[in-house]
Amino acid sequence: MISHIAILMENQPGALSRVVGLFSQRGYNIDSLSVAPTQEPTLSRLTMTTSEEPEIINQILRQLFKLIDVVMVQNLTSVESYSIELAIIKLALPSEEVQKIIEKEDKISGKIINEVDGFTMFEAKGDSHAIDNLLSSLKDQEFLEVTRSGQLGMTTGMTSLRTNDQTKISYE
Amino acid sequence: MTSGGEALIRALADEKIDIMFGYPGGAALHIYDAIYQQDRVQHILVRHEQAAVHAADGYARSTGKPGVALVTSGPGATNAITGIATAYTDSIPMVVISGQVASHLIGTDAFQETDMIGISRPIVKHSFLVQKAEEIPEVVKKAFHIATTGRPGPVVIDVPKDMTDPNNKFEYKFPSDVYLRSYPILGESDDAGVKEAVKLIKSAKKPIIYAGGGVIQSDASNELVQLSKMVGCPVTNTLMGLGAFPATDDQFIGMLGMHGTYEANMVMSEADLIFNVGARFDDRITNNPKKFGTTAKKIHIDSDPSSIDKIINVDVALHGDAKIVLSQICEEFKKGSYDKTNLDPWWKQVNVWRDKHGLNHDMLNLPNESDIILPQQVIQSLYKTTKGDAYITSDVGQHQMFAAQYYKFDQPRKWINSGGLGTMGFGLPSAMGVKFAFPDETVACVTGEGSIQMCIQELSTCGQYGLPIKIINLNNRALGMVKQWQDMQYSGRYSSILYEDSLPDFVKLAESYGHVGIKVEKFSDLNDAMEECFALKDKLVFLDVLIDPDEHVYPMLEAGGSMSEMRISKKDKTF
Repeated sequence: MISHIAILMENQPGALSRVVGLFSQRGYNIDSLSVAPTQEPTLSRLTMTTSEEPEIINQILRQLFKLIDVVMVQNLTSVESYSIELAIIKLALPSEEVQKIIEKEDKISGKIINEVDGFTMFEAKGDSHAIDNLLSSLKDQEFLEVTRSGQLGMTTGMTSLRTNDQTKISYE
Repeated sequence: MTSGGEALIRALADEKIDIMFGYPGGAALHIYDAIYQQDRVQHILVRHEQAAVHAADGYARSTGKPGVALVTSGPGATNAITGIATAYTDSIPMVVISGQVASHLIGTDAFQETDMIGISRPIVKHSFLVQKAEEIPEVVKKAFHIATTGRPGPVVIDVPKDMTDPNNKFEYKFPSDVYLRSYPILGESDDAGVKEAVKLIKSAKKPIIYAGGGVIQSDASNELVQLSKMVGCPVTNTLMGLGAFPATDDQFIGMLGMHGTYEANMVMSEADLIFNVGARFDDRITNNPKKFGTTAKKIHIDSDPSSIDKIINVDVALHGDAKIVLSQICEEFKKGSYDKTNLDPWWKQVNVWRDKHGLNHDMLNLPNESDIILPQQVIQSLYKTTKGDAYITSDVGQHQMFAAQYYKFDQPRKWINSGGLGTMGFGLPSAMGVKFAFPDETVACVTGEGSIQMCIQELSTCGQYGLPIKIINLNNRALGMVKQWQDMQYSGRYSSILYEDSLPDFVKLAESYGHVGIKVEKFSDLNDAMEECFALKDKLVFLDVLIDPDEHVYPMLEAGGSMSEMRISKKDKTF
């Protein structure tokens, strides 16, 4: 089973390597990883997916929370949440043909970006499983280049992974 | 106005650090110059960076205060790694400051450059790379805050050389307090958990309290004893927990685990309640986790939530500081009735086990016609001579297990050993740290001729600073614990464990460093030599004791089995 984990962490050099290092150090696999700063510039937000067993996931959440740079951790799989992934794909096809491919797929939303020298680049948004399916349907296409964002996720409604808390250094 | 180097040392002093252990080098030169120009923090020059970290570690374990080590970049930093890993595995509060090449050289493969933050990452609680000289006091404050609170551990501060430049001066300000939003510190446990735990304890017919290093870390021995007296059940300590509960107390049934006592391991197997205080269900305790405590309810107090349900799932998890949570449990326990005598049948069974295969603490009185010295006798002689009151550090191997089994520790922080990582070479430098902390106390290092040679160079440091440590060398002319396994599992094929012909003359070696060496070969000389060793109060004495090379450590848990599957001697086993 795939689990989605959202992490809010200090936007500091080395913080990401601690998170990634934890996974290799403890023998857990990361399937995908996406990270960027948040609207609060001292914090980064990270979404990762892993296919470890549920009891391992609990241990992963605790180990992640133990890292000094990690402020909050949330298992998106255990709550109501929405997630999405973006892929950019390039095929050696004219844009009309690519448009036909996009129209056939009802689980993703696609958009042509450009066509240069007979190569068409397009974006595809959808859940990771739908993007997997799209890519496997394209595997016989010539010059297939793909880059994927990794899954992004967020809980629905009131609950959220955010904090107004600040680290404080006081001087007498 | 201060420079970064001055600010670093001043911040240590403001953090109430009065001693540090280290070794200078290029990237740390500005720091060493700052050390020279002040007298609030004493610097102890060791002979190898590993020893600096172990000494800081021994200081921390014996005092409860954070240890501090200072090393240079590159090889200085990498030599410190074994020491840091040792402290990390045993959750020891420590700050290691490493010099680093100047900021503009980082990443250029400069002379003596190594990525200390990267190399140390999996074995530190946290680490800091100083990026502005002005932030040094703040980084120091944060480092000690993190190292000493919650589940303690080592913190590395990597300091590029330009950050300590004496020409870059700034106004020094030391923070009075720090709050990290990403670092909650657990104190009390929730009331519901405490109530549930007390309910389980009161209804148990065959309870056992299993206490680990966490009790020592949080100075919770008094609370542990108080609760144990109220419950009236057997108590066992892990290797890291020895001294947390007094070994001479009637309720103490010895250490548990791989080389634990027969009765402690049997109690763990048959108990209906296992109450773990500040231990982590280590594999050297549980043996096969699938066969562990199958009939028992389990309660677990730990300051690190990631330790709970990691190896063994428990019925009641109490996240918090052992001292605080034990007090909560004591208060709750006092409410309502409880009759200790309900445990009488359980004690009857425990005493049957004790009588059957308990350790013989009276081996000095065994008939001994051959005059060969058994390692257990050396520890018993040491115990007798020091009246059970010494600080004992240990290296790693058979001698460590014999010391753990036969030296009865009645107080916490007196037994100093590398339990988790199992670092040979730990004993002598950690003893130096203890001796600096307690100059008037007796400090002995129980070691073997294998381990002692891993940090033997520190005999020089002991000479320089006049440290009258007693080194009790259990010399069996082989890497004994490996030999034991090769005897048991590899039909006695002694692969790479023998070196008798090339061993040094330890007496002459000690003398060449200006110390006293005494060699003991006969049992009939043992007690007198031990007395002489400790009577020479102002001298480091290297007591080289030639012991029976064929002795094994027992009991010993059978790999893959339950805790009741033990070898009791070379011939007897329980399974």
